[in-house]
Amino acid sequence: MTTENLVYERPAGFTDTPTHYCPGCTHGVAHRLIAEVLDEMGLTQQTIGVAPVGCSVFAYNYFDTDFVEAPHGRAPAMATGIKRVLPDRTVFTYQGDGDLASIGMGEIVHAAGRGENITVIFLNNANFGMTGGQMAPTTMAGMKTTSSPNGRDVETQGYPIRMAEMLATLDGVGYSVRRSLHDPKNIRLAKKAIRMAFETQNRGLGFSMVELLSTCPTNWGLTPVNALKFLEENMIPAFPLADCKVGDAVKQVKI
Amino acid sequence: MPKELWKGNEAIAEAAVRAGLDAYFGYPITPQTEILEYLSKRMPQLGRAFVQAESELGAINMVYGAACAGVRVMSSSSSPGVSLMMEGISYIAGTEVPAVLVNVMRGGPGLGNIAPAQADYNQAVHGGGHGDYQPIVLAPASVQEAIDLMVLSFDLAEKYRAICMVILDGSIGQMMEPAEMPEMRPMQRADWDWATNGKMGKRERRILSSIYIEPVDEEIMNLRLLNRWKTIQANEVRYKEYFLDDADIVIVGFGTAGRVALSAVREARAEGIKVGLLRPITVSPFPYEVIDQLTSRVGSFLVTEMNSGQMLEDVRLAVRGRVPVEFYGRLGGMVPFPDEILGEIRRMAKTKLSMNVHPRDAWLERMASIV
Repeated sequence: MTTENLVYERPAGFTDTPTHYCPGCTHGVAHRLIAEVLDEMGLTQQTIGVAPVGCSVFAYNYFDTDFVEAPHGRAPAMATGIKRVLPDRTVFTYQGDGDLASIGMGEIVHAAGRGENITVIFLNNANFGMTGGQMAPTTMAGMKTTSSPNGRDVETQGYPIRMAEMLATLDGVGYSVRRSLHDPKNIRLAKKAIRMAFETQNRGLGFSMVELLSTCPTNWGLTPVNALKFLEENMIPAFPLADCKVGDAVKQVKI
Repeated sequence: MPKELWKGNEAIAEAAVRAGLDAYFGYPITPQTEILEYLSKRMPQLGRAFVQAESELGAINMVYGAACAGVRVMSSSSSPGVSLMMEGISYIAGTEVPAVLVNVMRGGPGLGNIAPAQADYNQAVHGGGHGDYQPIVLAPASVQEAIDLMVLSFDLAEKYRAICMVILDGSIGQMMEPAEMPEMRPMQRADWDWATNGKMGKRERRILSSIYIEPVDEEIMNLRLLNRWKTIQANEVRYKEYFLDDADIVIVGFGTAGRVALSAVREARAEGIKVGLLRPITVSPFPYEVIDQLTSRVGSFLVTEMNSGQMLEDVRLAVRGRVPVEFYGRLGGMVPFPDEILGEIRRMAKTKLSMNVHPRDAWLERMASIV
C-alpha cells in the first residue's frame, strides 16, 4: 500500500501488541487516543505511564513509553512519586472506576488536592470489569451487576459518585472534564480533551483528569452495538458530559 | 566531623540527607514525627522532593513511584503506620526496586501506645506483606548507630534492589546523644539500567511491575529473590560482641533491649559472673552462624527483648536444643531496667537450668510476680 492510500495505522507511540480487551470494549479506543496525543505533542520519549489494577492492568503492554504498574487504586500516589523527582517528564495514570473511585479514592482526591502536575485518564464503565462485573461506586441506580443482582438499591448500596464534578471543586485541579466514547463525534471530542489535559500538565497548570464514559459489553450482557446505545441512553443522563472545571490559565491554551 | 548533640529522629533524617536522600514521603505518627518535620524543612532547602502524604498508603506508593524512577528514596513511620504500608512494601519487593523504610516502633497491637517497643520484629524480619520475599532489617542501639545504619541502608537497598528497613524503638528516636554526622555526599543520581525515568530518545522502553501472570515466571522470580537473599545472608550479617571471649552466659538482644542488657552485663562482670552480649545489628539476615558457633563453647543463652520473645525463636533455631536458652522480655511499651536483667543473669549463674520447658513459659511464670 502506498502512503497516499494509508488512512489508518497504529500510532507511532503504540507497540505491536494484539489487544487483550473484550470485543466492543472501549479501552482500546481510549488507549489509541492517548497514544495519538502523545505522538502529536512529541511526548512519547519523555512519558512515564502508571497502569492500574483492573481490566487495564496490562495497559503497559500497548504504549511505547516507560510504564510502571501500581497497586490497586494507588496510581496517583505512584505518579506523584515519579513526577516529584522527574518534574520535566510527562506522567499519566490510566485508571478504571473500581480502581480510581473505590479503593483509590483517597489517592486520587489528594493528588488532585495537591495540584500534582499529572494527567489522569479515567475510564468509567459503571462496574468492576476484571473481576466479572461487580457493582462499582459509579454503578447507576437500579443497574444490575453481579453484586447488585436486583439492581443497585441506593437505600442500602448508596448512590453513584460523579468524579469529574467532585474533583472540580478542588483548587489544585486545572482541568477536569467528562467525555464519552460511544460514537465518532464524541471520540473526537474525547481526544481533544485528552490533548488539553496533557497540555495542562506540560504547562504546569495543575492536576488534569479526563473521565471517559466507556462500555463493558461482556459484563453488561449486551452486544457491542447495544452497549454503545446503553451508554448513550443511560450513562450520559447519570454522568453528564461537561467541562466540570477548566482553570483560567487552561482556558488560554490554544491547540 | 565533630560530635554534636543529636535527637535520634532528627539524626536519622539528617544522616539520610547526607547519604544522598533524593525524595522523602511520609505521614505524621508518634514517635517518629520529627523525621517528617525535620525533612519538611531540610529537603526543600536542598531542592529535593518532600511530600506529606494523605496516609501511609499514599506515602509508601509515592516511595514506590520514586524508587521506580531510580532515585534514593525513603519513608518513615511507626508501628500502625508501617502496618498500613505493608501493601506497598510487598509491591516494592515484587518489583525489585530499592527503598528504605524507618520504623520507630511503639507498643501494640492496634493503636497500642506511643512508648518504646520491639513488637514489630516478626513483621519486619518476615517481610510483613504478602508473598515470598525477605527484607534487610537493621536495628540500631544508639543515635550514632542509627546515623551509621541510615547511610548503610541506602547502599544495601541499592546493591540488592531490595527493601531495607531500619527498626528502632521510640526511645532511640526520642533520646539525645552526642554523635558524629558523616560528610555530605555529593548528589549524583545513579543511571540504573532498570529505572523507568523516560526513554528520552536513548533506549527501548522499560516496564516495572510486580506482575508475573504465568506461575512459572513467578516461580523464577521467587527463586531469583531467594538466591539474592542467600547472597545477602552470606555477605551482610552484622552484629556486635561484648565480653564474649570467656563468656559462659551469652545474652542476645537487639536495639534498646541489647543496650540495657549491656549495662547489666557490666555489673555482672563486676560481680565476677562470666557473661557477655551478642547484639545483632542485622536482625535480618539474622546471625544464626555466630550463635551456632557460640553454642559449642558457652553454657547458656539469655534472650532479652521488648516483646514476647519474637527473636527468641530465631535464637532457638540457631541453638537447636544443645544448651539452655532463657528469655526475659518486657511488653507493651515497657522498657526493662538493667537490674531486671542483672537479676536474670544472677539467677542463671547459680541455678541448674532446665531444657524441658519452653523459655517463654518459664518467663511467664516468673513474670507473674512482677506484673
